[in-house]
Amino acid sequence: MRPALHAEWTKIRTIASPLWLLLGTVAATVVLSAVVTSVVTCGSAGCAGDTTKLSLTGIELGQALVAILAAGVVSSEYSSGMICTTLAAMPHRSTVLAAKATILTGAVAAAGTVAVLGSLLAGRLILPGHGFTAARGYPAVSLADGPTLRAAVGSVLYLTLIALLSLGIATVLRDSAASIGMALGLLYLFPIIAEAVGNPHWQRLLQQIGPMSAGLNIQATTDLGSLPISPWAGLGVLAAWAAAALLVGGLLLRIRDA
Amino acid sequence: MSAQPAGRDGFPQLLQAEWTKFRTAPGWAAGMVAAALMMVLFAVLTGISSDQHGRPAVPVGPGGEPVTDSFYFVHRPLAGNGSISVSVSALREYTPSDLQPVIVPWAKAGLIIKDGTRQGSPYAAIMVTSSHGVRMQYNYVNDTAGLPGPVSATSVRWLRLDRSGDMVTGYDSADGRHWAKVGTVRVAGLGPAGQGGMFVAAPDSVHGISTSASVATAVFAKLRIRGSWPAGNWTGDQVAAEPSSSSGNPVFAPGTFTESGGTFTVTGTGDIAPAVRESLGGAGVIGDILFGAFPALILVIVVGTRFITAEYEEDLIRVTLAASPRRGRVLAAKAIVLGAVTFTAGLAGAVVAVPLGERLARANGVYLFPVTFATQLRVETGTAALLATASILALAAGTMFRRSAGAVTTVIAAIVLPYLLVAQIPFMPASVADWLTRVTPAAAFAVQGTVVPYQQVTSNYTPYNGYYPLAPWAGFAVLAGYTVLALAVAAVLLRRRDA
Repeated sequence: MRPALHAEWTKIRTIASPLWLLLGTVAATVVLSAVVTSVVTCGSAGCAGDTTKLSLTGIELGQALVAILAAGVVSSEYSSGMICTTLAAMPHRSTVLAAKATILTGAVAAAGTVAVLGSLLAGRLILPGHGFTAARGYPAVSLADGPTLRAAVGSVLYLTLIALLSLGIATVLRDSAASIGMALGLLYLFPIIAEAVGNPHWQRLLQQIGPMSAGLNIQATTDLGSLPISPWAGLGVLAAWAAAALLVGGLLLRIRDA
Repeated sequence: MSAQPAGRDGFPQLLQAEWTKFRTAPGWAAGMVAAALMMVLFAVLTGISSDQHGRPAVPVGPGGEPVTDSFYFVHRPLAGNGSISVSVSALREYTPSDLQPVIVPWAKAGLIIKDGTRQGSPYAAIMVTSSHGVRMQYNYVNDTAGLPGPVSATSVRWLRLDRSGDMVTGYDSADGRHWAKVGTVRVAGLGPAGQGGMFVAAPDSVHGISTSASVATAVFAKLRIRGSWPAGNWTGDQVAAEPSSSSGNPVFAPGTFTESGGTFTVTGTGDIAPAVRESLGGAGVIGDILFGAFPALILVIVVGTRFITAEYEEDLIRVTLAASPRRGRVLAAKAIVLGAVTFTAGLAGAVVAVPLGERLARANGVYLFPVTFATQLRVETGTAALLATASILALAAGTMFRRSAGAVTTVIAAIVLPYLLVAQIPFMPASVADWLTRVTPAAAFAVQGTVVPYQQVTSNYTPYNGYYPLAPWAGFAVLAGYTVLALAVAAVLLRRRDA
């Protein structure tokens, strides 16, 4: 396993695009969070809001870059033919996938931590100026608050699970455009479709099984009773999607010709 | 001069070459068929997943549009021509539950002549409003301003309606002596069963994304009637005892009126106005049926990107450019083939999806905002054009990046993400939501808009509710503008760079 990890670490370290994508993830997440917290206002009529979730809105964009990064880890090897070299050097194909997943998890977790902390800091600094003050029942966003800490740690886990999901999809589809389309489709379409269906039962079900709509419940800190699925269970749904994608990808990697 | 035989390297040949590539590459044609099927599939899903059996009937106005028609009416029959005038010295709104005063800008009290008390019947009315001065309104959608300013004991407003046949003229006055004409309107269908009198209505008050019920009380005096009013007493009735809105706010206090010494105190709730998305909770629009455009969009973006990036990955681009050295024309040929195929697939999907989804939704009791055939055709062709343009944008992005992943993500994020943000962030101010749906490529979803906002109805006119800030084709032009720009940049890069 160690040589495999070393090989994957060398690949991700020496290609320019993963570094840029990780930096891009941080920038996109923090910038979108800052923009969203800058435009919302809590008027005198009151607002039932979740400042932590609001501060972490940028994850919705950041995850797209994470998905590209993760898909590229596999699909770029197929488009360049590098995969033949990789598998010739390391015939244990599941080890290769495990090594890729491990390195990817570490890289995304590191970037995700920076992105989440940056977003929360932006929310802490910006929101009080827009009416979300302690006097109205909105204390400044702080990691000392239990649910906020859970939301922050959960958001980092969310990003790594998105990476693993996208990695699994790319291992199955092997083409980067199709993989990215599939990954973003899975993420963005569930919430949109859930709004479209008129039946509340179907709506709730779609919100419970969609990887993004379920997984992002980890960011909720208020009104937990009204969530379609509890925060950790929601993250579990995303983990199940990621595990299923990796499992299918791993099996296909073993039985298909490269 | 070239000695080559004519017709071997012309643009038609280039088009044919690109069409052959598109047709024969595995997955691309299938992707387009899948995009069309997605639209149909989602229309069926939306149709069969809804269940509104037993919802109250939606009142429909003289123009065929859905209306809200619920108010407290102190009335007498008006068999023929006649006139009525009154003074209003107070209009106050409050919450029905705990009687706290609130401001409901379009709370209204005044005079109305209506064809009976049936919901949706023709009418003309002149009224004082809480924050919009005196207004003359008729047949739900029409609204004309009269004297400005609020009404109070020191600023009494006098109102008058004259009926002559189908013509009704409204007047207002600050002193009861000097009358100014606000407007003369023709109200077709004001029959001999007409009713005239005083009314009070207070729509739900809107704060942020939530609404709550409200009630208004008005004080009328100096009531005068002339003309063919048969003898009788003033009768108070709640038009539509059940609140017609399905927004879920129950009417706590039924309307009442008391008279003492010629002064009428009338309390009522409801509204006389065109219906909007929020006042007709479960009602749908065609845009809801076309949600399949989102998965279709992702599919055509992937295919559009692959149409060029696959050539780079397989080095086919060198052959393509060697065969046709004028690179701009290659890009143009690709854009035309891709656009035509996507438009055809999108249109096929939309013309099947919309009627099918409408039929299924209606069968499940859903009320759909009515549209003309021309509007429906515009939504269908507009959606097809949206998909075609998005695929060309993806082609341009693919040419710029030469990599699939970045191009696919950029285009999906640019079109889908703004829509998602607008839909999901509850307290995004309307101005920001409007801005996002004006300047980003997501503006093109305006081609699916079929409902119009009314300034005389307070509501959340958000893109999410189907109210787009740009006119349909103007919204489409935003996406088209981005696409033309991206194609121009892509053409320049394609010429300058080595393949």
